[in-house]
Amino acid sequence: MELNINGIQHHVDVEPDTPLLWALRDDLAMTGTKYGCGLAQCGACTVLVDGQAVRSCVTPVEKVAGASITTIEAIEQDDLGKRVVAAWVKHQVPQCGYCQSGQVMAATSLLRQVPHPTDADIDAAMVNLCRCGTYNAIRAAIHDLASGSTDGGA
Amino acid sequence: MVNGLFDDASLMQQGPVNLSRRRFMLTSAGAFVLGFGLPARQARAQAAQGPKYRGTQVPAFLEIRPDNTVRLQSPFIEGGQGTFTAMAQIVGEELDADPSTFLVENAPAGDEYAVMDSGMRITGGSMSVRNGYPAMRRLGALGREMLLQAGAQHLGVPVSELTTQPGQVVHVASGRTVKYGELAHVAMDLPVPDPASVKLRDPSQFRWIGKSVKRLDIYEKSTGKVDYAIDVRVDGMLHAAVQHAPRLGMTVGSIRNEEQVRQMKGVHSVHRLPGAVAVVAERWWHARRGVEALLVNWVEAEPGVASDIRVMPADFSTEEFRKHLATVSGKEENAETKGDVTRGLKNAHTVVEATYFSQYVNHGQLEPPSALARYNPDGTLDVWLPNQAPDMFRADMARRTGMDAEKITIHSPLLGGFFGRHFLYDHGSPYPQAIALAKATGRPIKLIWTREEEFLRDALRPMAAVRFRAGLDTTGCPVALDVVSATEGATEGLGTKRGKDLDPTALEGLTNKAYDIPDRRIAQLFVRNPATLGYWRSVGNSMNDFLYETFLDELADKGRQDPYELRLHLLRDNRRLTTLLKAVADLSGGWKRGPFTAADGSRRARGIGMASPFGSEAAAIAEVSLENGRVRVHEVWEAIDPGKVVNPAIVEAQVNGAIALGLSQVLLEETVYENGMPRARNYDGYPILALNQMPRVHVKIVESGEKMGGVGEPPLPAIPPAVVNAVSTLTGRRIRSMPLSRHDFAS
Ligand code: FES
Ligand code: FES
Repeated sequence: MELNINGIQHHVDVEPDTPLLWALRDDLAMTGTKYGCGLAQCGACTVLVDGQAVRSCVTPVEKVAGASITTIEAIEQDDLGKRVVAAWVKHQVPQCGYCQSGQVMAATSLLRQVPHPTDADIDAAMVNLCRCGTYNAIRAAIHDLASGSTDGGA
Repeated sequence: MVNGLFDDASLMQQGPVNLSRRRFMLTSAGAFVLGFGLPARQARAQAAQGPKYRGTQVPAFLEIRPDNTVRLQSPFIEGGQGTFTAMAQIVGEELDADPSTFLVENAPAGDEYAVMDSGMRITGGSMSVRNGYPAMRRLGALGREMLLQAGAQHLGVPVSELTTQPGQVVHVASGRTVKYGELAHVAMDLPVPDPASVKLRDPSQFRWIGKSVKRLDIYEKSTGKVDYAIDVRVDGMLHAAVQHAPRLGMTVGSIRNEEQVRQMKGVHSVHRLPGAVAVVAERWWHARRGVEALLVNWVEAEPGVASDIRVMPADFSTEEFRKHLATVSGKEENAETKGDVTRGLKNAHTVVEATYFSQYVNHGQLEPPSALARYNPDGTLDVWLPNQAPDMFRADMARRTGMDAEKITIHSPLLGGFFGRHFLYDHGSPYPQAIALAKATGRPIKLIWTREEEFLRDALRPMAAVRFRAGLDTTGCPVALDVVSATEGATEGLGTKRGKDLDPTALEGLTNKAYDIPDRRIAQLFVRNPATLGYWRSVGNSMNDFLYETFLDELADKGRQDPYELRLHLLRDNRRLTTLLKAVADLSGGWKRGPFTAADGSRRARGIGMASPFGSEAAAIAEVSLENGRVRVHEVWEAIDPGKVVNPAIVEAQVNGAIALGLSQVLLEETVYENGMPRARNYDGYPILALNQMPRVHVKIVESGEKMGGVGEPPLPAIPPAVVNAVSTLTGRRIRSMPLSRHDFAS
């Protein structure tokens, strides 16, 4: 199976129905994408497929062969992703951090589609769980990004 | 990652230092670097000489590298609560080194790291900063003293002429400076000075303690660069997944399709473990698929055989257990008495009686449990696992394997949340299974529990049914209070035997309330739980303050008192809590109970809750409305007084996190058992708070200057009662249990 991940073509020797999450973690040793529930419930495994937030734990690799996959490992190679990370640092978002790979991916996807999201947009898009309760910091960081005051170098 | 070679050249650059005194340590990045610490055994011997001061073995804690960065072995684990940053602030303040130059790691097991007053080392009970504060300050000061001594040798001047600036020793007279990094190899081999002799910095001169220093781990955590236990890999390792018996105590009878599963793609081997089956494979996905395909005939536990296991009965249901708790009678053991409650109730003008309930809840930390075990050719064992107490886990591994504890190395990566999940719970962690599988296969094994297995074997926050009886005087003020909680505490719920003293975690939050009620009694009616119990963020307080504070509002209503005014009255002689209660009311723009109509047209009300958990004080106000019959929390104001604060920004983040978990509990969470099994095995059946349910949060930190209390847990217990009291006011209905999702407000 050929997968385009972070701009690089990878060959992975897995069955077509293997979830992308486990191809990333076990075959490619890219462990920045996390396993939380395996059931599309928590969002810890969120990656971008052609720019859209996708839950890799329920995405068979055969469905994304040929697509352009972005994981947290390459998020800063993307201008918007880099700004998101900078805002996360500025707002000191993470606590335990386990959900944050997924949160950063989800926020990047949201801001790509809706550059100036309202609270309702954020409510609708940011559905990843955070057991540490960093939700208000996430919301503040996204609003900050939407207002354009956080640049990539912050 | 572990089998790499260290770079011998870098070792030589350090100058001629006795190699036997060096330690080689593994950085989180996976490369070996030099440490200047003493061998652990030597450190232990020295520690034993001075029991008066714990945590004084500077070289065991500190490594100052040639590039002037400071590597600190923290006695407390980082799981999101900011401990590593706080430790860097405290040590850096006295060492005179900027916290931003610190690299902090969780220290290995070892007596030299037992810095707590109790002589133990656990991360929990919101203890880390308050318990580590004196020891870690002293440690930093001792390190600075050693660097000054080394500086005197290096510069050839008396130590009295030297001082420090961040990261360097300074000879003011000549203007010469030497970086710590240049002195460390000499300094860390000097004898540790007498701990009693060091002078600590005057708090008025603090540069980092008390400031919102940026956290050290934020960038890595925002870019997926942190390795949690679940992410660790070693050469030659295999992956494993397990399927547990549906009920604890059952054992593997036969496997109907073992051969078939062995033939499945990627499967290495199939194993029988106590109460579980396992599949080992080259990839975890194959292990999981294999283990879930196994058809196992589970055998019921034989009565009386498994004396060390809480055997889960086949007919256990939380609904029935709740009824049992409400009606059971038995010995009532008093935990707190004052005055004469019998007389108080008899003389009261009105007596109010009610029974309140708490539910089982799961930890739900986002990182599922895992463990990586590797036997080494020299007979030693390395284990990587999430844990809140390395020494206790190592002792348990020694007991299980029959190995000498010295031969076991525990690695404690950052925790993907814990909330009490990573204490030693028998049958609650994967490491015994990982060790057994590593032994059986002769290969390193990484075992990950699926979320489903985690929900099956998590240790639960206890349930309680609390019978309240209170007497009101003619003015409607409570004068007598009798409380009997039918429950089992988290600590006594860990094992199969009860201690001889009452478990303080069973009743904390019903006991130690500051309200001036002259005649009172708080008692426990012990009821053994079939489920395995555990600590959940803020432990007994997580439920007991809800039970007490909502009943207090019921009393206020019965006595026609305003709940805020009543609390002020009952706290009239307590300056600290009066200040705190007024602070939260001010923060909310003045106490306003409602119901009232908000700007958006919704009907809203506010409620109060207070709590005194883990040495701190907290008071909260919540504002709620109803949306389609469901409770919506709009605002939470919380004032917290932990005495003194090390990092206000971290405190504020912790308050936010504790509010989220408190809300999650009161709005949504409940672990339901039917037929001896949990109904929910993943988040779909056990919803937790999501972003769109998070209210705005307003925090006020009050530094009373009292003894330093905890921060991670104390903001939680006041939240559930604040919310429920608001809902009772809004709906006119008395609510005596959590979660609110159980109640239908549409009608
Ligand atoms: S692991 Fe994919 S949504 Fe939870
Ligand atoms: S930061 Fe811990 S789960 Fe989100």
